[in-house]
Amino acid sequence: MTMHFERTHHHTWRKIKSALASFIAFASAVLVIAPLGLVFFYLIMNGASSVNWDFFTKLPAPVGAVGGGMANAIIGSLELLALAGAIGIPIGVLGGVYLAEYGSARINSILRFLADVLNGVPSITWGVVVYGLVVLRFKGFSAYAGGLALAFIMVPLILRTTEEVILLVPNGYREASLALGVSRWKTIVHIVMKTASKGIITGILLALARVGGETAPLLFTAFGNRFWNHNLNEPIAALPLQIFTYAISPYDDWHRQAWAGALVLVTGVFCVNVLVRILTRGRAASVV
Amino acid sequence: MEAATAPAITPGEPLSTAAAMTAPSRFGDKAFEWLTFVMALSVVVLVVLTGWQLWHGSAIAIKKFGFHFLTTSTWDPVADEFGALPFIYGTLVSSLIALLIAVPLSIATAAYLTELAPLWIRQPLVSLIEMLAAIPSVILGLWGIFVMIPWLRDYPFPWLKRLFGWTPFFTGPIYGPSMLAGGIIIAVMIVPIITSVSREILRSVPDLQREAAYGLGATRWEATRIAVLSYAKKGLFGAVILGLGRALGETMAVTMVIGNTPQIAASLFKPGYTLASVLANEFSEATTDLYLQALFGIGLVLFGITILVNLLAQLLLRSITVKSATRAVQ
Repeated sequence: MTMHFERTHHHTWRKIKSALASFIAFASAVLVIAPLGLVFFYLIMNGASSVNWDFFTKLPAPVGAVGGGMANAIIGSLELLALAGAIGIPIGVLGGVYLAEYGSARINSILRFLADVLNGVPSITWGVVVYGLVVLRFKGFSAYAGGLALAFIMVPLILRTTEEVILLVPNGYREASLALGVSRWKTIVHIVMKTASKGIITGILLALARVGGETAPLLFTAFGNRFWNHNLNEPIAALPLQIFTYAISPYDDWHRQAWAGALVLVTGVFCVNVLVRILTRGRAASVV
Repeated sequence: MEAATAPAITPGEPLSTAAAMTAPSRFGDKAFEWLTFVMALSVVVLVVLTGWQLWHGSAIAIKKFGFHFLTTSTWDPVADEFGALPFIYGTLVSSLIALLIAVPLSIATAAYLTELAPLWIRQPLVSLIEMLAAIPSVILGLWGIFVMIPWLRDYPFPWLKRLFGWTPFFTGPIYGPSMLAGGIIIAVMIVPIITSVSREILRSVPDLQREAAYGLGATRWEATRIAVLSYAKKGLFGAVILGLGRALGETMAVTMVIGNTPQIAASLFKPGYTLASVLANEFSEATTDLYLQALFGIGLVLFGITILVNLLAQLLLRSITVKSATRAVQ
């Protein structure tokens, strides 16, 4: 009887320990996502009241003047994303195609490895590099420099996602097309890439959302601008840059604008993420 | 032999389709392969270009200061004296604080997500963590300045001072912007990546491991600890190193809360400065050539450290995936 009692006693203790560990793990998970809730709460509380029609249509007001908006920064960010996309998307997608469709296993594993390492390089490094390559050489901050810095971040991101989704396309598709006498490159463009297009677009959208929120690489490339940019050779405003400038300023009006800008930026980034989720939801059903 | 390979054409019969077709031109194939190859080479170009630009940009500073650049703690642009030590120190200490906070939380969360949580809760939690990862750094910094720092200053910091004031780490006046605040905001930024990589690692642990543990009568936690976590040790270490790489290079949020003072102080309540922050703050204000050169040197140090850390992380993670892949084949 005593033996039996001891065993159940020990067993109960082990069960308590297991429940305790589960609870600690649960508490950790709550703690991990707590900042998300807190950030959202304060963004809405401090930013919502300043997001109005003026915010989207007006230039920043001078210090002391009430009102004003961030129209130039929003358009500036979109221009920078367009520039970055124009450079980064073709390089990333075609590079990804090479890794998935051509090349020897050895060379490809080196390229893949380098792309993964590049994804871990701090984004401010690209700002420094582009400053040396473009800003110093052409004697001035410009939208082109900012776009290039963002493109450098996009290339390894898009390259890896494109490769992954292209590898998911079943080989039968390629064989069927080649057997019909279609050349290899046409097979890749019209059959393989078309089948994987949803996944490729998803990767591109995620990369755009990621660089859309980047500030560090723009600090000394795009530089920021209080007015409209009429020439891509000139400094240009960007939403994250403007938020940074306003946040570290000593003025309450600017702090309010920073919160409003942050709310708009986060909403934009999350809209893209939701769009991606909608795009990928059907993925299990279709082939890729 | 001829007849075996080429179909014999008897006069009067129409030509077979295959024979009538001209051989397809291989030019398009060659051109497309080369085009994609050149694009894929861009990753090599980026690494080389970055290394070259940072080296070239800091050549004069390297020649002038040599290795003393890494061991001198004076940063005085007016006197043209530049030493990177306070920034290296600040980067290492703030990242260490971040790891101390983020690693236990992330691994516990990953274990919760793969082993312990009820099934219905797992996917929503993963989505929330992905959302946290998507918050731009500058927005966390904004929140850090106006919400986190006042709270830290009023509640946890005085409490830490009362409890641990006898150690050199929690002494001196409390301002708010500090090394500790920097470490905490970095922790928030690296938790999502460590959690999601750890989750992938734990998911790749074969079910046989778990079944064996449960078969021996293990409780859920015992199975997690003995059969899953210890099995995945090396991969989890890789996830942590990957997080370290991100922590070292984290820029905007840290710059906004760490206080930006180049000093080496034991107290974590004192402001600090990191390699990335000094680039963010001073790069566009560099007035002399030597100043700019020194900043390029800082960039080179940062690039060198993060490349090494990321190489290590990728090697650790790669060996894991290769191992589990071969195991799956066997």
